[in-house]
Formats: sequence, structure tokens, C-alpha cells
Amino acid sequence: MRKALLFFFINIFLINKSFALIEVDITRGNLDPLPIAISPLHVDIKSENYEGIKIKDLGEDISKIIEDNFRATGLFNPLKKEAFVQKPDIAHLKPRFEDWRLIKAQALVTGKLLVLDGKLKVEFRLWDLAAAKEMTALAFTTTPSNWRRVAHIISDKIYERLTGEEGYFDTRIIYVSESGPKEQRVKKLAIMDQDGANTKYLTLGNELVLTPRFNPTNQMVTYMSYFRNMPRVYLLDIETGTQEVVGNFPGMTFAPRFSPDGKKIVMSFAKDGNSDIYTMDLDTRVVERITDHSSIDTSPSFSPDGKFIAFNSDRSGLQQIYVMRSDGSEVKRITFGNGIYGTPVWSPRGDLIAFTKMRKGSFYIGVMRVDGSGERLLTENYYQEAPSWSPNGRVLVFYRETKSGLKGEGFSAKLWSIDITGYNERRLKTETDASDPSWSSLLTK
Amino acid sequence: MMFNKNLKNILLVIFATLVLSACSTAKKSGNIDGDVYTGKETVEYLASGVPDRVFFATNKSSLTTAARETLRKQATYLRKNKNLNVTIEGHADERGTREYNLALGERRANAARDYLMTYGISGNRIAVISYGKEKPVNPAGTPLAWSQNRRSVTVKVN
Repeated sequence: MRKALLFFFINIFLINKSFALIEVDITRGNLDPLPIAISPLHVDIKSENYEGIKIKDLGEDISKIIEDNFRATGLFNPLKKEAFVQKPDIAHLKPRFEDWRLIKAQALVTGKLLVLDGKLKVEFRLWDLAAAKEMTALAFTTTPSNWRRVAHIISDKIYERLTGEEGYFDTRIIYVSESGPKEQRVKKLAIMDQDGANTKYLTLGNELVLTPRFNPTNQMVTYMSYFRNMPRVYLLDIETGTQEVVGNFPGMTFAPRFSPDGKKIVMSFAKDGNSDIYTMDLDTRVVERITDHSSIDTSPSFSPDGKFIAFNSDRSGLQQIYVMRSDGSEVKRITFGNGIYGTPVWSPRGDLIAFTKMRKGSFYIGVMRVDGSGERLLTENYYQEAPSWSPNGRVLVFYRETKSGLKGEGFSAKLWSIDITGYNERRLKTETDASDPSWSSLLTK
Repeated sequence: MMFNKNLKNILLVIFATLVLSACSTAKKSGNIDGDVYTGKETVEYLASGVPDRVFFATNKSSLTTAARETLRKQATYLRKNKNLNVTIEGHADERGTREYNLALGERRANAARDYLMTYGISGNRIAVISYGKEKPVNPAGTPLAWSQNRRSVTVKVN
């Protein structure tokens, strides 16, 4: 995968710095999604076939992925292609703006591609239809098998241009794939593109695996495994498949997460009935004890500047969220609302902490400011937990379980996402039941 | 008038008492006391008369009277079988976050282990492992099932 990244020669050949008249309101969610027309990419007739990829359909396929990405944001309304008024190649040269405006489109995406000598060349343009101007354009070359990523990268560029925020489409989600009855659940590590494509299973299901988390700086993953019935935190390189135990602890380690620079793992270590928080430096292998309290301290999560750690403790009697300096000093409780709180996860923007709240038999996913003020509950359900942030801090992915019947029937676990505005709750497509999602950083920055 | 008011108060107290006692009988109904499971439905036996598991209240790892009685039987059995080692598995119900439940299961297993040790069983003979909420014994989504799943189970190793 790393090699494949090097094949990206992204060269911006045209930047039009016109002031866009289009405005996407990203602060309020999807009350009025922006109508956008995504024309199929024109396939150059000189294109050659390439290893089982249907080149003829590639332009349609790429535009379909872009369309799905945009629909999933809740901020955009991709228009039906039947209404499109211009052929892709002609529109790409210069759209007849007034015709596109007739179908109520405000933005238009056009593009073309060529597959030649084992390389895929793609270019696209984003047009502001009201202002009758090109907003941005980009061309790049890659291996044809990367065509889905091409669609995601184009989506990211358009999203950035229209919203002013970084995109999150060229990303992956690692999660736990679940199957079998509740009492004998088989769990495997699985990874997929953010849109549910390219699912791969990273473990066979022979041992219980839990809580995988991406390193924010590379494609390493940390997770918990019951390999040989010794529950420990592991480090996994998903490119090479090599893995190792993290540290040499004489008992269960769990709840791992990377520091924002990717150099440390913070986790809990349980000994003699007491769980405390530890870090291990991955270069020096130095282990540090961060909390020392007779209560359960777990679910640690670093702030993006690395200076603080939010965590979950029951030192007050029930689970609450605390924040401390990353050396363990200045521990402060931040949740005082009705109910109990778990799984704090610091936003990559640094301004919010996502959490799970339990109250009167319901489970909520919510966000609050890092001092605990401004709590907003985004979604209520029978059971849901474990929020993970999109890399731009705009969307949360989490898992939700259904209530089972008397024999365990009707039970399911699925991944869901929700915008931090509380709008646009949707289920992520997974091949199997799924839990414990973790969202990667952008694959190309 | 005054008398009337007093009578009203007395009636109120009687009424409140009735409501409260109705509550406490409801809580003891079936095989749950408070929210600790007291039945035998899921229990297996290390030997005749030696139950393998004890049950806990929600979010708690303290041992109930019944739990201590079971563990004393286990201690007696372990004293008689000096070559036997055990693992205590700690479990939680499904109504809590996964990571906290791993810690809670570990705390429950250790509560049982500590109690066995106070009855003279060497810590070397008792390993612990927490499964959190990963291995429910009863898959139902009911308070009864959850109470059966909040448990520590003593398992023979050899």
C-alpha cells in the first residue's frame, strides 16, 4: 500500500482562485443540502484494458463513488444523472452553465480519464454554476487498480473546496467483524474503505480480538487479543501483517490508543483487581505508569497536542470522565450530569470530547467541550458505544447493538455514523456484524 | 380539625409503608435479590455440593453472603485437592462499555480469588482472567440474563 502511495503524482495544473458564490452551511447539518451534479468522467477512446478492470465503465464507476460519498455527508444532494444536459467530454471542456442551472444544480463536477501503458491518468474540474466559473481542477496519475482511491481523492478535493474543511473520504475504518451466536461470538479484525468497499479480514477468528485503533500517523494498528488466552495489547502492521505484544506486563492490558504523534501507546493494565493507565514508548520501550488509584482507570485518549489525557474512572463510585496532564498530574473530573459516562475520545480538532453516556436504561453518544461543559447528546438507543472521529473531526462512527430475545435471537451489532451536529445518522455497510470501529487518518495528505 | 390532620398524616405513612414493602417484595421476585442472581439455573459444580460460580450486583464486585458461602465451599474443596489449580473467570453483563467491563470482570475475579486466599488457598494456585462482557452465559436481553452474566466462575485447570 505504501508503495502504491508513491505512485501518486499529484500536480495541480490549474488553480482558479475565483471567489465562490457557493456556500455550504456546515455548521447546521443537512437542513438544506447543496444540489450538485456529478457528471460521469469521460473515458478517452485511446484507453487500453487493464487487468480485469472494465475501462469502458470506469468513468461512470468513479463518478458513482463520488456521488455516494457526497450523499453520505448529508451536506450535498447529488442530482440524478438522467437529467444531465451535456455529454461528459463536452461539459468537461466548458459547461453550458445556464443549462445546468435549469436542473437546479449549483455545482458541477466533470472529468476525463485515460488508461495507457499501465497507468491511469485522471483529471477533474469543479464548476461554480451560479458564477459560471471553474473553482478548482486537478490532474493525477496512478496505477489503474487504485481507481477507487482516485474517486475518494477527487471527493476530498471537492469537499475541501466547497466546505473549507479537510475531507475524509480517502480513509479506512478498522473494526471487529462479528459472527455466530451471542454466547459463542467469533470476532475478527477487519478493515474496509470508509464507504464499505475492499473489506479484508486481518485475523482468522481463532482468538477473541477487541478494540482496534489506528495510529494517526501511519498504517499501524493497536488492538487487544486473547491470543493463547493471555489478554494483551498488540501492535499490528497492516501492510506487512507482523504483530507483537506491547510491553511485558504480568497481567491483562487493554483499552489501547496511540498518542497523536503515533510514538506511544496509552492503555490500561489490570493487576490484582485494579486497573491503572500506562504508556509505552514504541521506540525506547520505556513503560510509564500514569495513574495510581484503587479505582478502575481505563479508556484513555490523548488530546491532539499530546498534553492531556481524557479517561474513564469510577473513583467517584460510578464511571465518570476525567482529564489529566499526560504525566498524570492535575486530575480533574469533567462529567457531573445525570447518568454515567464512558469512552472519552478527544476530537482531532482538540475542541471536543466524544463519549458514551448511560442513563435510565438508554445509551447515548454525545460530545462536550474538553472542560465538560456544553454537553450535547447526538443519539439515543438501546445500546451503543465507542465513538471514533473522522480525521476532520466532523463525523463520529460508533457501534450499536439491538436487544436480543429470550434465546438471544434478534441480536445484531452494526456500525453507524452521525454528524457532530446530530444530523445525518446512517448505518455503514459492512459484510458482517461489526463493532469497535476506528477511523484512519487521510491516506494521502 | 387538628385530629383530622393527624389522622391524614398517619394514613399517609401507612400508605407509604405499603408502597415501599410492595417494592421490596417485587425486587426479591424470582431468582434476583436486589439485582444479584440467586438461582441455580446456570450454575455448574466443581464437585458435588461445590458450585462453580458467584454472582454480583450491577457495577459491583463486592461478595454477597451467598457468594462467600459458595467460595468457602470452593476453598474447602481446594484444600482437599491440593494438586488442583483453578482459573477464576470474571464476567460482566452487556449493559456497560466494553473496556470498563474488562476491568470490572478482572476486579470481580480478583474479589473471588482474594476470598479464597483468606481461606488458606495459595495465590499460586489461582489464576484470573477477565472476559468482560464477551462471554455471556445467557444471551437474552433481560434483567434476569444480565444478572446471570454478572459472575465469576472458578474453572479447573488440571
